[in-house]
Amino acid sequence: MNRHADVVIVGAGQAGAACAIALRQNGFEGSILLVGAEPELPYERPPLSKEYLAGDKTFDRLLIRPEPFWAERHVDFALGESVVGVDAGAYRIVTDRGSEISYGALVWATGGAPRRLTCDGHHLAGVHSVRSRADADRMMAELPDVARVVVVGGGYIGLEAAAVLAKFGKQVVLLEAQDRVLSRVAGEALSRFFEREHRSHGVDIRLGSAVDCILGDETVKGVRLSDGETLSADMVIVGIGIAPAVEPLIAAGARGGNGVEVDAQCRTSLPDIYAIGDCALHENRFAANASLRLESVQNANDQAVVAAKTIVGQDAAYAAVPWFWSNQYDLKLQTVGLSIGHDTAIVRGDPDARSFSVVYLRQGSVIALDCVNRIKDYVQGRKLVAEGARIDPAKLADDSVPLKEMLA
Amino acid sequence: MPKLNVVTREGKETEVDGEAGHSVMEVIRDNGFDELLALCGGCCSCATCHVHVDPEFMVKLPKMSEDEDDLLDSSEHRNEYSRLSCQIPFGPDLDGLRVRIAPED
Repeated sequence: MNRHADVVIVGAGQAGAACAIALRQNGFEGSILLVGAEPELPYERPPLSKEYLAGDKTFDRLLIRPEPFWAERHVDFALGESVVGVDAGAYRIVTDRGSEISYGALVWATGGAPRRLTCDGHHLAGVHSVRSRADADRMMAELPDVARVVVVGGGYIGLEAAAVLAKFGKQVVLLEAQDRVLSRVAGEALSRFFEREHRSHGVDIRLGSAVDCILGDETVKGVRLSDGETLSADMVIVGIGIAPAVEPLIAAGARGGNGVEVDAQCRTSLPDIYAIGDCALHENRFAANASLRLESVQNANDQAVVAAKTIVGQDAAYAAVPWFWSNQYDLKLQTVGLSIGHDTAIVRGDPDARSFSVVYLRQGSVIALDCVNRIKDYVQGRKLVAEGARIDPAKLADDSVPLKEMLA
Repeated sequence: MPKLNVVTREGKETEVDGEAGHSVMEVIRDNGFDELLALCGGCCSCATCHVHVDPEFMVKLPKMSEDEDDLLDSSEHRNEYSRLSCQIPFGPDLDGLRVRIAPED
């Protein structure tokens, strides 16, 4: 069966859904087809390692929009179908079912696949990633019989999952290869704070700890570390990041590697092909124009809007302030800006009081804030980041002065 | 089912059924209003579900938390009737509630 849509969006996650919505909001009247590898309509992924895993929210409450919404807006879906080939010259894609879909414009919004361990035992039953609903459902089905969990990776996903499982009363060991958790995304003060919090909730955090292999016959029985120690485990959760799902585009000649390169209008190097969300490698003005990928709802949504506006012929450029959140236990972490490349980190408030912020500077300008249980700083700090405000570090550390009063 | 009256940014008012136990944000989202982004999914981490509540209903609403109050400060369009719709549980006691989706920031 050969199909055609004026705009084909590959990837039915946050970015893909937001792009379809934005196309209609901006008056696009052509046909829209979303091709999604998973069987579900677009849903929110962040709760998979938080409220959904904890059983606080059912799946239908994660849907970005209910089913009738899409029909009313004439947005069609091809679900359970992956795109395996792109013919950029012929404006045509091929799916894993061998079916061809021709397009007027193509929006690549595939996100990424969770990185998996490659060591012995990585395929055993009981070894999980947390990226899709199916991943979370498989974990949740096993949990009643699980007492001991090893989480591999001290990033946000691993820490969030550890928090939920610790609250369930599971015995949790978290392994981080670096010398601190969150080392890729935050400064040391924040890392040490989260390590202390998790330890106080009974999570055994092991830093500088690498996996040698997963033990077991068919199902996981344990994890052997590279120093020879063996940990018993009924479940292993792997949270070591994602690999952007861009192979078909790169094979078609798009520039990229770790993601597919896009310009400020989210255009790839191929004609009428856009890329948005986790897989889009873009120059970000909040990272001194470094090329990077951002794995966040904010980035997915804002790039989706830029691509949609560009497709309908409006002027748009991606320049949104990055923001992000993570909830663990009763801690609300909110981030604004990007701390990558900071040369100074100022702690505002008292981590022991469980309400504080870390303000990051680069060459004297505020570039990011990590705020824990401190929404005021998050809200007021956004302006400092947006303007790249230059503020005396001693002043930033003065907790008695609101951030909004620090702008000249 | 209790009713919610939603006024869009253009001023169009629509009465919709609201599932008791869901938040006002979810009722708005699930009835097809695409203006309300609700990006954080209702965990009080952004301010993209901002609404202005009809004055006569203000007293019936649960008290605002400090978090909600602080987040609303991020909006240029905050007024005395501002709330984050994800922080208002909907139910029979709010039957007939009227909210207007706040302008986009």
